[in-house]
Amino acid sequence: MEKISSIDYDKKVLEIKHLTKSFGSLDVLCDMNVDLYKGENLIVLGKSGSGKSVLLKCIVGLVVPDKGSISVLGHDVLSLTTDERDKIRMKIGFLFQSNALYDSMTVRDNLEFPLRRHGIKYSKKEVDDLVKDALESVGLPDTGKKMPSELSGGMKKRIALARTLMLRPEVILYDEPTTGLDPITSREISNLIVSVQQKYKSSSVIITHDMKCVEIVADRIIMLIDGKAYKEGNYEELSKSDDPQIKSFFI
Amino acid sequence: MFKIELILPRVLKSFLDETGAIAIFTGRFFRELFRPRFEFNEMLRQCYFIGVKSLPLVLATAFIMGMVLTIQSRPTLVSFGAESRLPQMVAVSLIREIAPVITALICAGKIGSGIGAELGSMKVTEQIDAMEVSGTNPYKYLVVTRVVATTLMIPLLALMSDAVGVWASYLGANIKGDMSWSLYITRAFEYVFFADIYPAVFKTFLFGFAIGIVGCYKGMNSQKGTEGVGQSANSAVVVASLMVFIIDLLVVQITDVFGMIN
Repeated sequence: MEKISSIDYDKKVLEIKHLTKSFGSLDVLCDMNVDLYKGENLIVLGKSGSGKSVLLKCIVGLVVPDKGSISVLGHDVLSLTTDERDKIRMKIGFLFQSNALYDSMTVRDNLEFPLRRHGIKYSKKEVDDLVKDALESVGLPDTGKKMPSELSGGMKKRIALARTLMLRPEVILYDEPTTGLDPITSREISNLIVSVQQKYKSSSVIITHDMKCVEIVADRIIMLIDGKAYKEGNYEELSKSDDPQIKSFFI
Repeated sequence: MFKIELILPRVLKSFLDETGAIAIFTGRFFRELFRPRFEFNEMLRQCYFIGVKSLPLVLATAFIMGMVLTIQSRPTLVSFGAESRLPQMVAVSLIREIAPVITALICAGKIGSGIGAELGSMKVTEQIDAMEVSGTNPYKYLVVTRVVATTLMIPLLALMSDAVGVWASYLGANIKGDMSWSLYITRAFEYVFFADIYPAVFKTFLFGFAIGIVGCYKGMNSQKGTEGVGQSANSAVVVASLMVFIIDLLVVQITDVFGMIN
């Protein structure tokens, strides 16, 4: 999948300033600053336990940071009421590392769940069209009646992505989208991330340590080391770096 | 200044921590219960799973319980020449104590572990986080619906258990004796008063509430992957069963104080 960049550097969709989070005596994020521009695919690269997933969970309000501010689409997510936060969450898609598909529901019910929960009335035809479009976007048009347990790892990932697309999010957060998948399926998912971004004109933060995924998807990369943004740049720049900490990722 | 950790043994401290955490969890249940939006459809679905799906097991147990109680009691009553009192004795025992408690224990095992394992598994596979991101309050959708369903369904199951137990007792009495159904039922309810029934029904509401709360608390606080799910299910059964006995003891004491035990 060839990537066509359409980044609007005048419009920030996500702005994180001085974000700090500790669990007990363990400092997970230390004074993190991150900006995401409209149409951009930002990769956050780091070792396991470096605080990448905590960063995403702070953005979506699942983890409350100790310090700092997070602005999504111009709204300070930390000062919102529950209802206001739910409205902002409609504009943020989250692809969980474990897919987080609801075991007790069919694929179709999984996809319909966010539509039903946000209190917007959709006609049956609108729901049918949204489900059909989301399933076609991820290349699995005939899986609506299946249960998650009947799907392979790659298919589950695609369905989880289809679910995040149901509300047409402006920002999509991917938590290790290719973890646990074989190289071919990983590449398919990476290409899918690019095609989704181009089709829905969304902006994405992708957390990964899969360098093939980074190469395919990244517009910009932030290297996270010890809870801090260690280095920032595009794939070309960072892959040529002489810094041993950065080099170790590109070997 | 002395530290409380030095005084309280670790086990006692952990027991108090757990009790406090369950109390806070219960407080949150009541806060969420009265706040819109109300999840009626999910609650009905849970009532079906908790009530209807548990019915065969509860009724089979009640049938065996009623028959065994009758067969075991009969020789003793015969030796005192009080065989005719068999229906009263069995009916009072079943309705006041045995059917509610056994039904609650069966439900603590089946429903408590089921809720603990289901919510625990949802927690460790991030389904609860996904629900929250989808604009759903997981406490309302998962906890309130399940606790309300157990609170409403367990009294119904216990009442059905009473009925099946008494019927099985009639069958048991007729294995060696000969008593008509109308005579048996008349004798059985000669000494069963309204004051026997409503404390028994009242305590089944409390049993149901405790089973739901403990199952949900254990599930929502599940940790350490699949191992944690197993631990949640297991401790949900243990704690819920213990709660059933504690509630039973308290309700018996209270009904005794108010002179409801004849």
